Amino acid sequence: MILDAKIPPGAIDKKWTDYRFNMKVVNPANKRKHKIIVVGTGLAGASAAASLAELGYNVHAFTFHDSPRRAHSIAAQGGINATKDYPNDGDSVRRLFYDTVKGGDFRAREANVHRLAEISNQIIDHCTALGVPFAREYGGLLDNRSFGGAQVSRTFYARGQTGQQLLLGAYQSLMRQVGAGQVKLHTRLEMLDLVTVDGVARGVIFRNLVTGELERHEADAVILATGGYGRAFYLSTNAAGSNVTAAWRAHKRGALFANPCFTQIHPTCVPVAGEHQSKLTLMSESLRNDGRVWVPRKAGDTRSPDQIPEAERRYFLEEKYPSFGNLVPRDVASRNAKQMCDEGLGVGESGLSVYLDFHDAIERVGEGKIREKYGNLFHMYEKITDENPYQVPMRIYPAVHYTMGGLWVDYNLMSTIPGLHVLGEANFSDHGANRLGASALMQGLADGYFIISQTIGNYLVSNALPKITTEHAAFADAERSVKARLDKLLGAKGGTPPAEFHKRLGKILWDDCGMARNEEGLKHALEEIPKIREEFWRGVSVTGSGQDFNLALEEAGRVADFLEFGELMALDALTRRESCGGHFREESQTSENEALRDDENFCHVAAWEHQGKNIASSALHKEPLTFENVHLTQRSYK
Amino acid sequence: MNFKLRLWRQANGNAKGNFQEVEAQGVSPDMSFLEMLDEVNNDFLREGKDAVAFESDCREGICGTCSLVINGLPHGPDRGTTACQLYMRKFKDGQTITVEPWRAKAFPVIKDLAVDRAAFDEIISVGGFISVKTGSAPDANGLPVPKRDADSAMDAAACIGCGACVAACPNASAMLFVAAKVSHLGHLPQGQPERQRRVVRMVSKMDELGFGNCSNRNECEAACPKEISVEHIARMNRDYGVSALLGTDRDRSEAGA
Repeated sequence: MILDAKIPPGAIDKKWTDYRFNMKVVNPANKRKHKIIVVGTGLAGASAAASLAELGYNVHAFTFHDSPRRAHSIAAQGGINATKDYPNDGDSVRRLFYDTVKGGDFRAREANVHRLAEISNQIIDHCTALGVPFAREYGGLLDNRSFGGAQVSRTFYARGQTGQQLLLGAYQSLMRQVGAGQVKLHTRLEMLDLVTVDGVARGVIFRNLVTGELERHEADAVILATGGYGRAFYLSTNAAGSNVTAAWRAHKRGALFANPCFTQIHPTCVPVAGEHQSKLTLMSESLRNDGRVWVPRKAGDTRSPDQIPEAERRYFLEEKYPSFGNLVPRDVASRNAKQMCDEGLGVGESGLSVYLDFHDAIERVGEGKIREKYGNLFHMYEKITDENPYQVPMRIYPAVHYTMGGLWVDYNLMSTIPGLHVLGEANFSDHGANRLGASALMQGLADGYFIISQTIGNYLVSNALPKITTEHAAFADAERSVKARLDKLLGAKGGTPPAEFHKRLGKILWDDCGMARNEEGLKHALEEIPKIREEFWRGVSVTGSGQDFNLALEEAGRVADFLEFGELMALDALTRRESCGGHFREESQTSENEALRDDENFCHVAAWEHQGKNIASSALHKEPLTFENVHLTQRSYK
Repeated sequence: MNFKLRLWRQANGNAKGNFQEVEAQGVSPDMSFLEMLDEVNNDFLREGKDAVAFESDCREGICGTCSLVINGLPHGPDRGTTACQLYMRKFKDGQTITVEPWRAKAFPVIKDLAVDRAAFDEIISVGGFISVKTGSAPDANGLPVPKRDADSAMDAAACIGCGACVAACPNASAMLFVAAKVSHLGHLPQGQPERQRRVVRMVSKMDELGFGNCSNRNECEAACPKEISVEHIARMNRDYGVSALLGTDRDRSEAGA
């Protein structure tokens, strides 16, 4: 298979403009004749559904939540990047493009990243017009702050709830279209299979989570905006319901999965408290603007932090990276925190955390100012840990947060299955091997508001799409296989809750495919995961009925998919024998323990094709990456 | 820690419900309330019993999915906190804890502790937005907004749509939810063109969907996990009054004005 990314010709800064002109457009009167399914109503899905409906398409939006406003985009705290250069500090489209390509450790497509940087400003304009209450200065204009991996202030924010406000903006636009009858909204419907007819995506099988009924929906194009797969690790900052099911089912129907091993471990999370924990909580990395990260210089120093004098503290990021200091990219910050803990310098009961100290910032600007900026985060931290971060330093530790890998898409955001488009975190395209802070919201909204609304028209006009109905045999086949799987889950007569298998998978992935990976560990994971999978199908307990609101059944289905997907993740990590961004192979590091890329052998996107039952025999296809505008260099943040 | 739980069990919206008593033993004070329920459910599954249905997602207090009345209080005893961020250290060892769903006519029970809050989405769909097509916006700094207004808009916009305000209200009124959106958009210059039409449409939809009236008991504010102030209700009432007096754009155009 040749992976054609369909990158338009021409200079990098002209590609998107020229491409938009060269695309075919759908006649306004014909748009309503095209039915489009959008699965997922987070930033990418809601913005896509709203924009497509505004254009006149017949849009059906689906969410497995009770409301489109619940998607996990809502939990993003810190902000959204754009190249407005309002602070006059030298930002430009080119600089955001450069920072993103470099931050991604040269494993993203230049053309996609440049388009993202170009669109970034339109997003801010649009969201402001929608009433997103971004932070402002006294003069009434928008405020900016700086974020990890950047030396300019280009991040727009709404207190510590930027994701919430951006999602509500998109949600309100979506609901406006629902009210206008342009979007048919389907809540509490979970996608369980993709329907392809002659190799083209033409529909989806959903399960109604309240009644258990299976529903068939046909369309001219299908859009997946179903988020990332961080919950494969069980413990992550993702929502309890976040899952890989929709993307995985599409993968099993022929969509290639790209770079599944590229996961982001976020440096500033509340440390794990115990076995019972169901999820981890992120503390926005904007905190690193004012907080200083340190550990005691001496291993086993059990004094309380305020008793440790300045000279006996190791501000390890400031010492090692003088020019970026505490604002190094996420992968670098995470790895260094792990290294400190590995050396026995970690703090807290488990020794698995480092301090994030606001003492100096509070002295400098006062507690009021810090409260204004981070009040809700400090409040949340205190609730979870019962410690007051205005008085004692926060304790933080890295946690799985975001997944850069995802379904492979071309420049049009179309997967290897014609008609199946993938947006937001669910695709792989823009962040390479490491995502910069405040870029996820930007990408989700760029994909939804501004890219898919253009490229899907070209697809619809350029392809003859024969009329089909849900009576087509492909729907019956897909429904049958979905039903067989549900019956199998309900028929499992074991006594073990699904969560226990999920926790075991998570522990293996965290140990062997987490912040640092090596051949031995990954081979261990590849041996263990199929065993857990087998035990799952023998020993899982799913009580209740299939014709009911059954949370155990929902959970078991998602865990079963993670148990397959986790193996592909480890396989990808094993195959990529280089370090890049968040993928740190211990065998490939510089003398200073930084990630050492191997551009000669691994300057490509690794896209996996499913081959029948056996995940171990998935076929690897490579899309070579070329860098014509940002020169391949070893990343340095010193 | 050990607790005696009284969990509301109800097979579906039409069935009669009742309390089931369950012992929760060996609970860590560092568990969240929902993590404690996770353990109860895992025990149910080990014993081959039907798990209790309750909803949650983000588990960090922002998505608004969790919806439990704990000992008579929506989201439990901790002020400004969702059930997912309520920690067991806030309870006394050995305490009896009663867990019920939101109870309101407009939020029918789906099963056990899960209710249907689609009515909130319906209210938003008639006016809880600013009508802007993608691609048509001017430069974001083209329209300055006084910081005070932007901050007040943000205070109101912090609503997570959980419905605790409705569950807490003796009349099951949705005034705080609706007012939060009306006030968020009404504080901003971008929201002015539709200000009157918005409030009238949202309030009439709210009435139509079976939510009750406001009788100024302020239970909503006390229950709100985001501590949204009832001042927004006063603001909405003012807007509503003005709209009733002047008529909305639509009334005027229909009257040929």
